[in-house]
Amino acid sequence: MFFSQQQTAYQHLSHLDWLEAEAIHILREVAGQCSNPALLFSGGKDSICLLRLAEKAFRPGRFPFPLLHIDTGHNYPEVIEFRDRKAAEIGERLIVRSVEDSMQRGTVVLKHTDEPRNKHQSVTLLEAIEEHGFDACIGGARRDEEKARAKERIMSFRDEFGQWDPKNQRPELWNLYNARSHKGENIRAFPISNWTELDVWQYIEREGLELPSIYFAHTRPIVYRQGAIVPVTDITPAKAGEEIVDLQVRFRTVGDITCTAPVISDADSLEKIIAETATTTITERGATRLDDQASEAAMEQRKKEGYF
Amino acid sequence: MTHPIEDHGLLRLLTCGSVDDGKSTLIGRLLFDSKSILADTLHAITKTSQRRGMQDVDLSLLTDGLQAEREQGITIDVAYRYFTTGTRKFIIADAPGHEQYTRNMVTAASTANLAIILVDARKGVLTQTRRHSYLAHLVGIPHLLVAVNKMDLVDFSQNRFEEINRDYLAFAEQLGIREVQFIPLSALNGDMVVERGDKLNWYQGQTLMEILETTPSAQRRHAAPFRFPVQYVCRPQDASNPRLHDYRGFMGRVESGSIAVGERVTVLPSGLSSTVKAIELGGEALADAATEQSVTLLLADEIDISRGDMIVKTGELPTQTKQLDATVCWLAESPLDQARTYLIRHTTRDTKAKLADIAYRVDVNSLEKQTVNQLAMNDIAKVTFKLAQPLLVDAYAQNRGTGAFIVIDASTNNTVGAGMIS
Ligand SMILES: Nc1nc2c(ncn2[C@@H]2O[C@H](COP(=O)(O)OP(=O)(O)OP(=O)(O)O)[C@@H](O)[C@H]2O)c(=O)[nH]1
Ligand SMILES: [Mg+2]
Repeated sequence: MFFSQQQTAYQHLSHLDWLEAEAIHILREVAGQCSNPALLFSGGKDSICLLRLAEKAFRPGRFPFPLLHIDTGHNYPEVIEFRDRKAAEIGERLIVRSVEDSMQRGTVVLKHTDEPRNKHQSVTLLEAIEEHGFDACIGGARRDEEKARAKERIMSFRDEFGQWDPKNQRPELWNLYNARSHKGENIRAFPISNWTELDVWQYIEREGLELPSIYFAHTRPIVYRQGAIVPVTDITPAKAGEEIVDLQVRFRTVGDITCTAPVISDADSLEKIIAETATTTITERGATRLDDQASEAAMEQRKKEGYF
Repeated sequence: MTHPIEDHGLLRLLTCGSVDDGKSTLIGRLLFDSKSILADTLHAITKTSQRRGMQDVDLSLLTDGLQAEREQGITIDVAYRYFTTGTRKFIIADAPGHEQYTRNMVTAASTANLAIILVDARKGVLTQTRRHSYLAHLVGIPHLLVAVNKMDLVDFSQNRFEEINRDYLAFAEQLGIREVQFIPLSALNGDMVVERGDKLNWYQGQTLMEILETTPSAQRRHAAPFRFPVQYVCRPQDASNPRLHDYRGFMGRVESGSIAVGERVTVLPSGLSSTVKAIELGGEALADAATEQSVTLLLADEIDISRGDMIVKTGELPTQTKQLDATVCWLAESPLDQARTYLIRHTTRDTKAKLADIAYRVDVNSLEKQTVNQLAMNDIAKVTFKLAQPLLVDAYAQNRGTGAFIVIDASTNNTVGAGMIS
């Protein structure tokens, strides 16, 4: 074996460099193995990281996939504005499919009009996959988010109904990813599986990435409802008898308005957010998701039905 | 302001061993005592534990995240958990102990740098302990740590601990395991996990957490020859931009060794040589690149290169072969069938393959070599595959990246085997 002395002086990659290199490798495997992938881009912080990673993976070339957003119609306008601006800025194609279209087609049926539409995204996503013939969807889900996600492979196989079978996952060895699927089946690829919320914030700071403004502390009218902070918006008005107060808050995650709550915070810079994240006592979903608390296995159930 | 986490890189580890030896509980304990469990998660598992009539919090609920796992109190598939101490980021994989789920244990082992092999102090070294030790050794996990757990159930007996150490060492020696560390602990009560506790004073070594914080994550592959399997070719073909007009970037991850601008390289299988003109990452120029970095290489000469080709340093060539002698771990319910054609994926290259011969199967208990003509799920065997196209390989013991392959069943697209080249 040949090697020079100075090369062995190299120690190890920093944890962010390692995570970045792993994610780039995964993105390139999707591009190399799949014929028609798409990258899920919502304008949220995880997908903003994905976008930067895709730039690192494929520039100076174009992305070998379009961006896809499944819009519930219940998103914060700041996030939608950011999504469109960002896609235009990097010059990649953005496909938007909306849950409201599925409702009009009759494939999504709401039990009551103001119910959270988060879980209905699965239907619209599967419709978009079929419409475009996507054989892989790249998503920004992380294993640290939730206990069912902690179990999922980096290349996760879904059958023709979009279902995940957690008891029968493909073995995934070394960095030899198997993204093969037959027509109609689908691979969900998760390049940032091994990132934590803190890693994401640190990466955003290191790379100087722009974020929708609502991630930073701002004043917003809210009501307290069953111990949760619920933002007051057109879609989520205060109920009779509830007192509206103005609070300094920020969002840790920006999903569907009806099921994403902000946290009280005066962190108006990435530095302050990182400091808060490192010392927080509540998980990202615990603090902010009103839909996972429904039952112990809510996420696993949604994933089995095709959810991300 | 300084960052809350100093950067000492990342350590990947797994817990393995026999059923109910306390793997999931140990991870729960590690997370709990290192204060990596947040209040709402703790609240949720406390509620679940109470609902099931338990007095204490069942820490295994922290990793057993699937409904089926919680119902049965067992681990079915690997769970990944993350925590940082003052100095390091850790990725822990919690592997299932049941033999039925061995393939999931192998999944977790293949990326680990350290294995914690749990042994129930009452039961001692069992078949599954041996199987997991064998697999951990086979996939080349550099650091093996035997944790003798449930010491509280054997009165924290030093004799019992030492007895198990001797049993284990006898087996390890047969396997050729050269280095192994032992630690007594109680995952349930926390003795010797993060805190020393006051029951194991006869043990002078480091706590589990101290061991994890000081285990080197040094990548031995830096010393190996440069191997760069091409994942993707970047050809922007942008006529309006003169720089991009002729741009051909070869994208991939350095599997081993390192490369610098100006070095001579050979492209395989064509055998054509050139010089590295530039190394880039996301449009930025780098002077060199080393193991595990994802980069783009630009060469001085126009050579036809596509996904599946490999760039190496001139004079440091891997073996080109149409026959693989390897140790295979069979992972599928349907047996390895001599009559069928499989797909082998090695680095970024796929080829059709047929089983030519099974030299022997290893009995993981006795380490005896047995003659068989079929391989069933969880069997480990020395085999030979014939390949339709040549692969560019190194021995697994020398180079994980170019010594490993997976077997895919093209009819289901399932990953059915894992191979390590001899
Ligand atoms: N007394 C005692 N009990 C323990 C200890 N560690 C674990 N246990 C108990 O052993 C049982 C099995 O623990 P788990 O953590 O689920 O075991 P496991 O190794 O993850 O099991 P599988 O993943 O299904 O193979 C549980 O009832 C634990 O509470 C210990 O140190 N002392
Ligand atoms: Mg377990």
